Amino acid sequence: MNNTVHTAVEFLKVTKAFGNVKAVRDVSFQIKSGELVTLLGPSGCGKTTTLRLIAGLEMASGGQIMIGGRDVTQLPATDRDVSMVFQSYALFPHMTVLQNVSYGLTMSRLSKNLVEEQALNGLKLVGLTGFEKRLPSELSGGQQQRVAVARALVLEPEVLLFDEPLSNLDAKLRRRVREEIRDLQQQLQLTVVYVTHDQEEALAVSDRIIVMQEAVIAQQGSPRELYESPKTRFVADFIGDANLVNGQLVSSEGEMGKLQLDELTIQLPHLNLPIGEVTVAVRPEAIMLDPRPEATGIPGTVHKAVYLGSHLEYEIKSAVGELFVIDPLGKEFIAEGHPVRLRIRERGVNLVHD
Amino acid sequence: MSSTTLSLSRRIQLREATPYLFRKALLLWLSVGWFGALVLPWYQAYDGFWSFIWIEDGWPLDDEYSPGILQIFMQDRLWLLPLMICIGLPIICFGWKRDDPRLANFLMGCGGLGLCWILLQGFVIGLRGWNSEAFLLLLGSPGPSQEGMGYGALLVASCLLFLFTQGWSLRGGVQGDGFVTGAIGLNVLLVLLFIFYPVVKILFSALLNEEGALAPILFFQKLTSERIWQLNCFNTGLSCGVAWNSLYLAILVGITTTLLGLAFALLVTRTSIRGKQAYRAITLLPIITPPFVIGLAIILLFGRSGVVSSFLEWAFGIPPTRWIYGLPGIWFAQTMAFTPIAFLVLVGVVEGVSPSMEEAAQTLRANRWQTFQTVTWPLMRPGLANAFLLGFIESLADFGNPLVLGGNFEVLSTQIFFAIAGAQADQGMAAVLALVLLGFTLTAFWIQRRWLGQRSYVSVTGKGDAGIPVQLPKRVRTGITLVCVPFGFLSLTLYGMILFGGFVETWGYKHNFTFKHYLDAFAVSWSDKFGLMWEGTAWNSFWTTLQISAISAPLTAGLGLLTAWLLVRQRFAGKDVFEFITMLSFAIPGTIIGIGYILAFNVPPIEITGTGIILIVCFLFRNMPTGIRAGVAAMAQLDPSLDEASLTLGAPSSTTLRKILLPLLRPAMLAALVFSFVRAMTAISAVIFLVSADYDMATSYILGRVENGDYGLAIVYSSVLIIVMLIVIGGIQWVVGQRQLGRRGSSPISWSGNG
Repeated sequence: MNNTVHTAVEFLKVTKAFGNVKAVRDVSFQIKSGELVTLLGPSGCGKTTTLRLIAGLEMASGGQIMIGGRDVTQLPATDRDVSMVFQSYALFPHMTVLQNVSYGLTMSRLSKNLVEEQALNGLKLVGLTGFEKRLPSELSGGQQQRVAVARALVLEPEVLLFDEPLSNLDAKLRRRVREEIRDLQQQLQLTVVYVTHDQEEALAVSDRIIVMQEAVIAQQGSPRELYESPKTRFVADFIGDANLVNGQLVSSEGEMGKLQLDELTIQLPHLNLPIGEVTVAVRPEAIMLDPRPEATGIPGTVHKAVYLGSHLEYEIKSAVGELFVIDPLGKEFIAEGHPVRLRIRERGVNLVHD
Repeated sequence: MSSTTLSLSRRIQLREATPYLFRKALLLWLSVGWFGALVLPWYQAYDGFWSFIWIEDGWPLDDEYSPGILQIFMQDRLWLLPLMICIGLPIICFGWKRDDPRLANFLMGCGGLGLCWILLQGFVIGLRGWNSEAFLLLLGSPGPSQEGMGYGALLVASCLLFLFTQGWSLRGGVQGDGFVTGAIGLNVLLVLLFIFYPVVKILFSALLNEEGALAPILFFQKLTSERIWQLNCFNTGLSCGVAWNSLYLAILVGITTTLLGLAFALLVTRTSIRGKQAYRAITLLPIITPPFVIGLAIILLFGRSGVVSSFLEWAFGIPPTRWIYGLPGIWFAQTMAFTPIAFLVLVGVVEGVSPSMEEAAQTLRANRWQTFQTVTWPLMRPGLANAFLLGFIESLADFGNPLVLGGNFEVLSTQIFFAIAGAQADQGMAAVLALVLLGFTLTAFWIQRRWLGQRSYVSVTGKGDAGIPVQLPKRVRTGITLVCVPFGFLSLTLYGMILFGGFVETWGYKHNFTFKHYLDAFAVSWSDKFGLMWEGTAWNSFWTTLQISAISAPLTAGLGLLTAWLLVRQRFAGKDVFEFITMLSFAIPGTIIGIGYILAFNVPPIEITGTGIILIVCFLFRNMPTGIRAGVAAMAQLDPSLDEASLTLGAPSSTTLRKILLPLLRPAMLAALVFSFVRAMTAISAVIFLVSADYDMATSYILGRVENGDYGLAIVYSSVLIIVMLIVIGGIQWVVGQRQLGRRGSSPISWSGNG
């Protein structure tokens, strides 16, 4: 519905304080129309507060919030062009499915015919035609979730908000529903802000991820950028697994620097870190083990080995500390207690800020 | 999935809707203010609030009935002029945009200054000139004078309040929601006016001497007088001070009601005794019984001509005495009356002890007695303290039983009444006694909230608890059965006395069956000339009671639920204080509210004594905490996301309240409605100060009959009241049962919490 790309949501140094506690601190970001952006972080990081600030369910203590190019900082939820799918779905238990979906349309004072037409259209979009007369209690969890989506969708909001929409679904349904949400978003070119604490879910659905940590943005970027070049120790650890070890940055030239990790020397972006000791994030699948006695690399011993069907997991005691390693099957199984040499693929190593 | 054809028409409407609504609301409230200032009589007419005689009796030019604007120019009441400016100026706002930064401050200024001014002028300029000595000295006496505020002032005040709260919301108060700020403003203003102001008035009255001058030394003498604090009962045979009496009685009652309540709670929840439903039903009885009726029944049993006393004299030759009048009688009556309250609290506590903890104790090799001793009992202790404090407060506040059974045993609540209504007519003494009583109850209330509030061990989790409660050890079971069965039997006997006593001609003397008392009270006759005649002496007060209760009940339930909604669902600065003062009226004994209302509302600016309005207002604020608690409990069960969903879908908070919360809260609302109705029907302590010839209430009428020794009529009237209330409660429950709400619908989707 938006032919030209514009900024749907913009935060300018937004702060939200509850008493002395700052839930969101000086946060700034932009969300373009037609984009699905995920707010990701552990519980208490401020992601839900940020979402509620967009919705107008919390009022900012400082800064400016723009929606659709309009300053809405002082505007209550009722008057914002935003709708939200709640974690608990928040379907009105005393209303039928159709009444639930019609609710927002009725509040917008549309004519009765138009309300019903739009509501039925919305139910069709989520594949619930024929369920109009049911009460929410007569639907399964997944169906309730779709009603909640339809109810928010029919208002054609400038931005649609999802607050952990999958957390009340069982594991198998989760994968399907998240694909459905992504499909719908792509198909209707919706602007979506999506909150989750599940990094896999975030990687799967997002155009862009904003990782939050302790009330501030830790890093933002595409799923790939975040996974492949995390900037901080926190992001590296939170998105996927990472071994955090100490190494020496020995020299730098332009963007790139030279990292000394025990016997290995690796070229990577230095992130303006000073020469000297640095923290290095190493992805577990980037570590290659070589059990042959003549092999070179960082010396270590297999401390624990676990067979997991699709891959093997090792815990290695090495010169740079304990390392967690994922090894895709196909190679032979290395027994516990066996000495190994470690080499590291450059694409899986990053320097990170503490 | 098909491609979308959603239209864009809505967005255009959304952007228009809000400023339009805001202006409409502003215009509406300004019109209300203007109507009040320009058209309606500013001052209260003598004929009462509901009398519209003024329309043809000289309005609008007559001094008595002129609207505010004419009062200024024709009667030289220039002090009303600032109010007119405050409600006139906001008209320029219509030229401003909604997000104009001047708007919020301007509206807050007009509303706030206007509200302060209307209160200030009301309190400073009274019926006979300046009310304040400073003004008398400064500006000469007697100064200008005015009557109590009437319709005009009421509407202008409402308009000013709205201007202020609307301005507050525009500044971003409470998520910028005008409806919520309005509700908070209204609530705070009402609570300050009708709870705080009367209590403060008592304080001032206590500080003044009979001439109305400040007399702190006299106050101190009264406060420390022997009558209140002497300790003669310990070393000599004389009686103790009235404060010690009250305290002693309250502690005794607290202990007995808690123990009995616990015994019943254990009996119902932890034994396999039959007829549990009956036990629960019995606990309903005291709620629908006027508080002194138990005392009355006790007189019929144990008084000098009571059934038991007569039997003892006949069988064993024991001469009847007046032993029941005094501490034993009041203690007995209050124990009977308040045990069900303790039971209701303790059933929750006992059921709240999670069976799985007891099972855990048992798997750790504790036997039943050890389990009870080491797990069940410690977990129940905070609940027990809570029940004790409730019994303590109820006993201190009880007025009816000490009045009927007190004899020479003086307690605070009745002494306050006698200080005002008795031969001494010492308002200052009444105020001092009221302060002492208030000190006791507030302390208990404070302890209950601050200390127990943090120490309750809640072991009920949201997760299903599949355990079966452990049966009581045998010795405990035998013990409580031995206590409960006689107590239950006694309870039933007392109620039996009330229901059947009305058919006996004179207790102790003539025990023949008669309808005489019923005819005296409730006779109805038919004559061709006058039609239906309500001849009985009770009809007048009966209809008044029904009418006042029926008016006050929906108001109480409504205000209670609105307040509960503010407390549970809204966040605003000072909410803790707000919650404390709204719940405070629960801890203020009715006697104190009664005397406070007389002191506060007998003179302008708010002059409502002797009207039906003061009774309605009194019930409204006395019973509001009940409505609040019902609402808070029910709303806590509802997922807050429901409201938020409604808000993000574009419904304003008033619509959300109406369309989402009220339908889901219907059971709680009906409970609050029934409860406030019943409490208004049975109240006595505050009412007895506030009734007038035109507005006599059933309870005060009955008490009057008791004081005259006319027990027959009193009993008849009491049993009729009980039956009427049973019919009302039964009727409402039947109606609710007919259209039971599909509550199961809320359970699968009422998850709460978010990341």
